[in-house]
Parts: sequence; structure tokens; C-alpha cells
Amino acid sequence: MEIFGVPIQAFLGQLLLGLVNGSFYAMLSLGLAVIFGLLNIINFSHGALYMMGAYVAFLALDLLGLGFWWSLALAPLIVGGFGIIIERLLMRWIYKLDHLYGLLLTFGLALIIEGVYRYFFGVSGQPYPVPDALRGATDLGFMILPNYRAFVVLASLIVCLGTWYVIERTRLGAYLRAGTENPQLVQAFGVNVPLMVTLTFGFGVALAAIGGVLAAPVIQINPLMGSNIIIVVFAVVVIGGMGSILGSILTGLGLGVIEGLAKVYYAEASSTVVFVIMAIVLMVRPAGLFGKEK
Amino acid sequence: MNNKTAVGFVLLVLLGLVAPYTGAYPIFLMKALCFALFACAFNLLLGFTGLLSFGHAAFFGTAGYAAAYSIKAWGFAPELGILFAVTTAALLGWAIGSLAIRRQGIYFAMITLAMAQMIYFICLQAKFTGAEDGLQGVPRGKLFGYFNLEDDIAMYYMVFANFMIGFLLIYRTVHSPFGQVLKAIRENEARALSLGYDVDKHKLLAFVISAALAGMAGATKTIVLGFETLTDVNWPQSGEVVLMTLIGGIGTMFGPVVGGFFIVTLENELADKVGSWVQVIMGAIFVICVLAFRRGIVGELTALFGRKKDVAV
Amino acid sequence: MKRKLLATLVGTALLGMVSNLALAQTAKAGAISGDKVIIGVMNDMAGLYSDIGGPGSVEAARMAVQDFGGKVLGKPIEILSADHQNKPDVGATKAREWYDTEGVDMIVDVPTSSVAISVGKVAAEKKRVFIDTGGATKALTNEECNPYMVHYAYDTYALANGTGKAIVQQGGKTWFFITADYAFGKALEADTAAVVKANGGEVKGVVRHPLNASDFSSFMLQAQASKAQIVGLANAGGDTINSVKAANEFGLTKNQSLAGLLLFITDIHSLGLKTAQGMMLTSAWYWDANDETRKFSRRFFEKIKRMPTFDQAAVYSAVTTYLKAIKAVGTDDADKVMADLKKTKINDMFAKNGYIRQDGRMMHDMYLMQVKTPQESKYPWDYYKLKATIPAEQAFQSLALSTCPMIKK
Repeated sequence: MEIFGVPIQAFLGQLLLGLVNGSFYAMLSLGLAVIFGLLNIINFSHGALYMMGAYVAFLALDLLGLGFWWSLALAPLIVGGFGIIIERLLMRWIYKLDHLYGLLLTFGLALIIEGVYRYFFGVSGQPYPVPDALRGATDLGFMILPNYRAFVVLASLIVCLGTWYVIERTRLGAYLRAGTENPQLVQAFGVNVPLMVTLTFGFGVALAAIGGVLAAPVIQINPLMGSNIIIVVFAVVVIGGMGSILGSILTGLGLGVIEGLAKVYYAEASSTVVFVIMAIVLMVRPAGLFGKEK
Repeated sequence: MNNKTAVGFVLLVLLGLVAPYTGAYPIFLMKALCFALFACAFNLLLGFTGLLSFGHAAFFGTAGYAAAYSIKAWGFAPELGILFAVTTAALLGWAIGSLAIRRQGIYFAMITLAMAQMIYFICLQAKFTGAEDGLQGVPRGKLFGYFNLEDDIAMYYMVFANFMIGFLLIYRTVHSPFGQVLKAIRENEARALSLGYDVDKHKLLAFVISAALAGMAGATKTIVLGFETLTDVNWPQSGEVVLMTLIGGIGTMFGPVVGGFFIVTLENELADKVGSWVQVIMGAIFVICVLAFRRGIVGELTALFGRKKDVAV
Repeated sequence: MKRKLLATLVGTALLGMVSNLALAQTAKAGAISGDKVIIGVMNDMAGLYSDIGGPGSVEAARMAVQDFGGKVLGKPIEILSADHQNKPDVGATKAREWYDTEGVDMIVDVPTSSVAISVGKVAAEKKRVFIDTGGATKALTNEECNPYMVHYAYDTYALANGTGKAIVQQGGKTWFFITADYAFGKALEADTAAVVKANGGEVKGVVRHPLNASDFSSFMLQAQASKAQIVGLANAGGDTINSVKAANEFGLTKNQSLAGLLLFITDIHSLGLKTAQGMMLTSAWYWDANDETRKFSRRFFEKIKRMPTFDQAAVYSAVTTYLKAIKAVGTDDADKVMADLKKTKINDMFAKNGYIRQDGRMMHDMYLMQVKTPQESKYPWDYYKLKATIPAEQAFQSLALSTCPMIKK
């Protein structure tokens, strides 16, 4: 069976890989959007924190013998905690300055984190085993479905939709959204806004860390893995616009799939297709697909 | 030109003229000058127009490739190679610039970064760039068919001349009526717009000039070293030029020059001794500059000598 | 350009002739530049090729100096090392700095073909010796050749001619290549494709990946879609290891076979015999070949905790050969040393009756090996069985086919 001259196994395989990548884009751009909403900072170190999540998994296994499921719980806590420290120590000094300083500060942070990991782990990848329960592949007849990759797509969908639910449908989320619009007013209502900011930052970072742990068995854990993905995620954010949570998720997944399809039909373009789409969107709808023109 | 700027300028020229006879490694001097010019070009945007481009490596590197290819494959003379490279960088600057100026602030930075990454991927895959091998063995050739650039001293003076041309051009731009409008845009874009200035056109022109001069720096560096590789178009290079400007002094005339020399020296001195800690140190400098040292070396010095200068992003 | 090279060649020859006469005087007047011989080991110290060369090559060079007695012509020998990070610009800049400011006399190792080419250009410009053991592309002795460069251990032609040929002859007629997208990968792919076609096979397709790629699964799917019998891996080190793993994950090995075109013993070690068993490979040297190689390897193992790769063994041999040449001509002058290198036979634990050809190619026997099964392996690092010895003249490209401008035709 073939689709436009491509065997269905290869076609669906690439589609799945695209969805897996898209899941990571979605989780990262979601975290960026949540942080940007409240702090007005684009967190350049988001990729580095995603990488830290993967290394938490690697080190937990290597030093403590703790497996994948432990890491999935631990990494968001550890890396999220690290994020909170960063916010308390560094970020709060620059909220009053031009937003561009936030970008520069987090860029510096990303360099530091990446450099430290490079020192300890070099630049070649560290393998991480697929958890036992998800090892192997299911032969669906028309394609071989690697169990773990299917799990990644599912897990990240759950995380993303959960985040969406909390922000759009709960009281906590209501405070958050209100804080985005008018922090002074929310403060006046007796909400501890600085604490909320800190926790939001920690949460956004935790999302990146979960992404990192999920990515660990799929790709080689590598200190540079964060900077490789973050720029694509920036493009995703520009395409989607940061106005809507659901928008970030959909754009992330959608662009992953488009990348996957590009690999089937025109592999040379697969690494540039996201940027080309960004350019087109900028020409047609500068505020992004889901963004509001300010 | 006020007194202090004039003194600084004379000092710069004198230092530049005698530098190759101080026993410094000429390749190092040339490299530092190229990066200083790159940072000056970048500063025209960030310091004098208020636009943070996070993708300037694209112009630096593309121009490097254009120079390398035209000299190696078509046998262009070095001056023609640089001219071709600058034109290429200006065109690319026009293309990326017209997209990026559709958004402001942080989005502008992200768009330039993403577009630059696209250029990186194109360079990675295109045939004429030699992908990961880069273009190697680019002959220095003879300037105007006469000065043999294989000689390091001759090469140095050509680099210095290029640097001065770029530097003076930026000085002229900043101190022209056009430059005044750029400053107005930096201070308050809405007001500049309401005063009737075509803000987008001014921004785009500043972007193109900046890209072209960044290209001149890249092309010159390629001729000095005889090769061009992906390092020059990749995002760390874009970050580095931001750092040079930041540490030297955003929006100052001499800041980027100081910053360029500072960073190149630092890398040169540290690379062998501390390995990947260089990156950590660069990152730390970023953080410190943003938190406590936003005026940069030259900005702080000017402030120290009494004349408060407005420093803004 | 050609004329310049010719002039250099003639000059070299003349210098060689008069060098015997001049020897007496120069030796007295300090024939060793800077009063010491400095050898620079440059390679990938921490990246995906660091197991192949890396710190192990530096150790091998130190062992060579130690075995030589630490001094040549009464002057000390110093070893420097640098990490080129697999980037041609880093390598070229470092080489230039070494030759210009550190007084380095010879650079050795330099894996990653693109970096090897860039260092070769600097060596030619600065007229200093460069012995490449780690790089693979045959371009080093063809279009990129120069009078100061020696290509010591192996090249893509030899790999294609060994592994590629053996697999086609076993019936692997249709090929798909997964290629590292730089000088080395492309050269290996081209050379192997030529061998495949010459033996009646067919190339179904090619996909190129960046150096140090993180996820090979999409490339494997492309290979799967091609339905070729053999998926040829024209990559090395970490990239090869990851390709093999991805192939297993997507069930590619069910219907197709993998052919690693460049495998080092450290790669086999990382993959494990269970995954790697039965693979064919071409090697320039094997640690467990005879008593001499075992003796060297055990000493090496004491320090590095891995058996030496053929690259590391070649570094040892190259440094020794270079020092012998300095001793023989009584100076570290690059032209005189090169003249001696190109006329002296090399006999040590790395090569028997090896010699350096005019184009810089070190000619020695190559070995076609097969990876043992876990049952066949009796002790740690017992990984290869010898299938065939390929004599030097058959293993490497003949001079008649060389495009090296130094070769007169």
C-alpha cells in the first residue's frame, strides 16, 4: 500500500515522528507562553532547562538507579525548583527594565547551563533506555509502531490539555489570567502576585523538564539538545502567537506533523519548513495565527 | 565631533596604525578588528535604533560565504569579492528586515533569530557552501592587483582600512538627520510615527546598512583566515556580537570596538586553558552586564568622567 | 599552481641531495628549531569521535616519545594537544597558531576529514609536517595532496574496497546509503557506490544527515522505504552507533542488513557483540593480531582502560617514524624530514614493510575482519576474526588513478 508513491509504513512512521517532535514543540511553547503571559519575559533558557530535565533522568538512573517513572515525577520538581531559584535570585531585578533585557539575561543563563553540562558530559550523546513497560514495537500490520513513541504523544497531550484546563477553567487559572491583564488590580484583591509570578515561572520550567524526560529515551541526551530545539520553538511561538494556550498546543503539534511530512516528500526542506511557514505567516497575519494584534 | 570623541578617534587611528609593530600576533589583530566592525554594525541597530537583532550571524556568515565563493570559484579579486559579499548581505538584510520589522521588541528578536537559523540550515545543505566542510583554501590574492595580501602586514592594513570605512560610515549615519530619526524611533516609536516619519522605512534602511556592514566584517574575516564555515552563520555567533556590544557599551561609538577586542582576547586567552568553561564565562558576563553593568565599559567610563550619557536599549 | 608545486618538488629533491653535504654544518648550528621538537596531537577530545582518537591518541604519542628515549639528537621532545571539536575553522586556526607562535614541528592524528583538509592547507602554507592518521577521505592524497602531508592509517578507498566489495560479493546487490554530510561521509559513499556498481550492484538512494545527529529514526524510515537489501552506513563513531540502534528500534533489520563502512573497535565495544555480531569491517590494524601488537595494547590498556583503536596505534607509529626521520637526517627541517620519510621503509608493530608514496599515502596491508559472535569471543575485547589480508597495493588506490597534482604522469 502506498500514499503518493511512498510506502504506507514509511509515511505513517514519519507522521508519528513528526507528532513526537510536535509534542515537544507544544510542551515547550506552552511553557514559554505561560511564562510570557505573566512575566513578559521570553525565556531563552527554556531549551537549557528542557535539557536539564533529560539529564535529571540520566543521572537518576546512573547514580541512584531510579528508573524512568521516578524521573518523570522528580525532574519537574527538581528543575522547577531550580527555575524558582533563578526567578527569585535574578529575574526579579529586571522586571522594570525593557523586556529585551529579560531575553539577554536568560540567554546568558542558557550559555552558563549548557557550558557546565558540556564540561561534565562532553558534546556526544548519552543513551537512555526506553522504560521496560514500553519497550518494543507493536506490529499493526500496516506499520510498526514503536510503543514508547506512541506513549510520548499521548503523555504530552495529557500534560498540555491538563495545563489548558487549569488555566482556562479553574479559579487558580482565573487569577493567573487576571494577573496577565492587570497585576496591580489582582494584587489589590489580596492575591500575592510576586508569589504567583514565581510559581508560574516554576511551572513553565517544569513543563520543559517533563519534555526533557520524555525526550530522553528517544534522542541522545546531549548538552546541546536544548539550543537545537529552542529556536524552532521560537518560530512556533511567532507562528502561533502567544495569545492562546490552545493555540500554542495546536501550532506545536501541527508544525511537528508538517516537518514529518516534509521528510517524506522533500527531506531537504524538513529543517527549514517551519521557518518558511513563519515568514509566510508574518506576511499574511503578523500577529500570528492565534495572536491578538496589540 | 566633540572633543572627547575626537580624542578617542585619534587614539583609535594611532593604535590601529602601530598595532602590527607591537609584536602582537597579526592574525589575532585582524580577527579582533573584524569582530569590532561586526559589533559596530550591530550597535547601529541596537544602540541607535533600539532594535535587538538576534540573527546578525546570518549576514556575517552569508557574506563570508559570498566572498569565499566568488574569490575561489570565480576568481574575483579581494576588493570585488568584498563588494559582492556586502551586496549579498545587504539584499539578505532587506529580505529579513522587511519581515522582522512587522513585529516589535521581543518578537523582532525572535523573528531575526529564526530567520537566521533558516539561513544556517540553507548553508548546511546548499552545494556552494561545502556544508560542514566549509569553503577552504580561499586565496588572499592581490588588492587592486597590486598589494600582495599574502603578506600579513599588507593584509592587516587592508583590514584596518575596512574597519575605518565601516566605523566612519556608522558615525556619519548616526550623526545625520537620518540618524536623529532613528534615535527618535528608539526613544518612542509611537511619537516618531505621529510626527509623520515613515518609521518602517527608516527601520528597514538602518537594518540594511547594519547587515551590509556586518557582511563587510564577515567577508574581510574570510579573506584573512582563508576559509568560511558554518560557525559564522550559527546562532552562538549572533549571541557573541550581542555580548560584545553589551559589554563595550550599547549606544556608544567606541563601545563595540572595545567589546569586540575584549571578547576576542578573552576567547583567545581562555580557550586552551578552560575549555568549555569559556561558554560559562560568556554566559556569566551576560548575566552580570544585564543585572549590574548595563552601560558597558565605555558607558561606565563616560559616566565616570562626568558626562552623563543616555544609554538605552 | 601546478608550476609552483612542481618547483617545490624539484626544490625538495635538490635540498634532499645537498642535505647530506650540509648535514655536518647544520647539525652543529642547532639543527633543531627552537632547540626542541614539538609534536601537536589534534583531534576530537570530547565529542562523538573522542573514543576513536581523543585522549588515547595523546597517550599513544607520549608512549612513542617515551619509547624513543624522550630526546632526539639530544634535544627534548614535547607533546601538545588540542581539541578541534570537529570544526574545520577551529582546526585551521589552531594549526596556524601552533606553527606560527608555538613552534610546533609536526601535527598528528586529526580525524574528521573536513578538519584534516583544512589543517593540510595550513601545513602546506607554513611548510611544516602533518601526518594524518584519523581522517579518512582519500582526497588527502588526491586533489588535496601536498608535499608536507602524509596520510598514514587508512582511507575511504580502502574501506570501500574492503567492506563494500566483500558484501556485494556475498550477494548484497542493492544499496541505500545513510551518509554523514561532510567530506568524509560523501567520499566514503562515493567510493563504496563505485565499488557496488563495478561489481554489478545498484544504489537505490541516499540520505545525508548532519554530523553528530541526535535521532536517526527518520533516516531509517527512508532507508526502509527504499527496499534496498543493504543499508550502508557512511558515517563513523557515535553516529554509526546511533544508526544501528535506531535501525533496531524500527525493525529495519528484519528485512534489510546494515553495513557499517567504518567501524572502530571502540564502536563494537559500545554496541556489544549481540548487536554487532557478524558485521564485516575493514581495519588497518588489530590489537590482538600478534605478540607485538598485544604488548603495545596491554600497556595502552593500563592507562586508558580501553584497547587501542587502529587510529591510536597509527599515532604511535607515526610519531616514532617521524622521530626516526629526524634522527636520520639530523634536523627537524620539514623538507629534509619529508624526503627521508618518503624513502624509508616502516617496520614496527603497526605496519610491516610500509612505505610512504609520493602522494603522501602510507602503503601497508589492510585487513578484512568479521565481528565474532558472543559465543566465539573468549575474553574481553576479543571481537574480530580475520577473513582476509588485503595487500597494500590492492587495498589502496593505485597511483595511476590519483588526481594528486604532485604526481607526474
